Amino acid sequence: MSLNLLYALAGVALCGIGLAGFLLLNHLLRRLLAFNLLGSGVFLVLVGLAQHGDGPDPVPQALVLTGIVVAIAATALAIVLIRRYFHLTGRTSLDTGNNAGDGGGES
Amino acid sequence: MSGWLDGLLVVSLLVTAVAVLLSRDLFRAVVMFMAFGLLMALAWVRLQAQDIALAEVAIGAGLTGVLLLDAVSHFRRARPQHRSRGTE
Amino acid sequence: MGFVVALAAAVLGAAGAAAPSELSDQLQASLARSGVEHPVTAVLLNFRSYDTLLEIGVLVIAGMAGISLASTNALEDPALRSADSLLYALQRWFVPVMLLLAAYLLWAGADRPGGAFQAGAVLAATGVLMRLGGLPMAFIRPGILLRLGLVLGFAVFLLVAVAGALNGEAFLAYPVTIAGGLILIIEIGLTFSIGMILLALFVAAPVTDEHEPEEGGGL
Repeated sequence: MSLNLLYALAGVALCGIGLAGFLLLNHLLRRLLAFNLLGSGVFLVLVGLAQHGDGPDPVPQALVLTGIVVAIAATALAIVLIRRYFHLTGRTSLDTGNNAGDGGGES
Repeated sequence: MSGWLDGLLVVSLLVTAVAVLLSRDLFRAVVMFMAFGLLMALAWVRLQAQDIALAEVAIGAGLTGVLLLDAVSHFRRARPQHRSRGTE
Repeated sequence: MGFVVALAAAVLGAAGAAAPSELSDQLQASLARSGVEHPVTAVLLNFRSYDTLLEIGVLVIAGMAGISLASTNALEDPALRSADSLLYALQRWFVPVMLLLAAYLLWAGADRPGGAFQAGAVLAATGVLMRLGGLPMAFIRPGILLRLGLVLGFAVFLLVAVAGALNGEAFLAYPVTIAGGLILIIEIGLTFSIGMILLALFVAAPVTDEHEPEEGGGL
């Protein structure tokens, strides 16, 4: 197994971890963290898989660089939205049920 | 030797990722996420993607961390009775 | 779990196939005509510049959305400033160094790792540090300067693209002789815009608790 393939497989595992967290967690900020983990996993798969055959490949690297910058912009916008939502409703999760207002730790 | 190092890096990446999601304290989760960003930067260097490593250090560990910590402190200030007590 | 297994199988299958790609060979062949020596920068700003143009467009939209969500007086609130003297002393040393680092990263993008994105991120981090330390930042108030800073990169990029198109080239194709200069100009604009957008999103995040939230919240 080559080095790049190892990182691609790590990216696969990260995708799984991020997706599980995104689906299972309630707190919006935790979901955002899980979403970022999922994104990092996708980036690792992209670069690791593309470089598996022959050395460093600039094309997926440029693609991932663009992706990282868009991801930070999306994260920052999501934080603005979450804080606004918290300010308007006092809740940090989207559930309307009984765990409203619980700070976290439902994992 | 180097394969051993890469294995260690991958394992610590996964462990940090799980720790981000499983830590009870939100502050701890964010700090874990920043550590994850730094480890990701190391992984990019190992993948010979120095550009991405630079961007990851500046963005993943620096800017995102500041943004998230700011949000966490905001949540805490607004709700002191629900302040997390940490995991230990 | 099944998802992870399926994805791992797909990755292993794709790795086993090892499809020969001419893409990197093509890149190496035409790198000399791109105006820069670093292949990643060449891909970002010359060969796939359409992606980068749309990316800065996405960033501008995100920045505008963030600013319009913020309550206006929160953008310059003295109460949010920290009075930490250590931070103040630190930033007197760090701000110039970080600005220098951003300029170096921007310049280095032509022939080694570096470029507009990293420089923009460092610029935004400098702004965040200044903001936390309470340096006066008049330009971050919602006004003409902020808006100009937000759209500068996008505007410069689009201007170059349209100028190339009017000149008889394809949209976003630069003449080979001045490609390096054009890329540098675009990168400077991009750096400023990325820094401004990320900083604006950071500054827009706090919501002051003094005033009652109005219905709709500025949406």
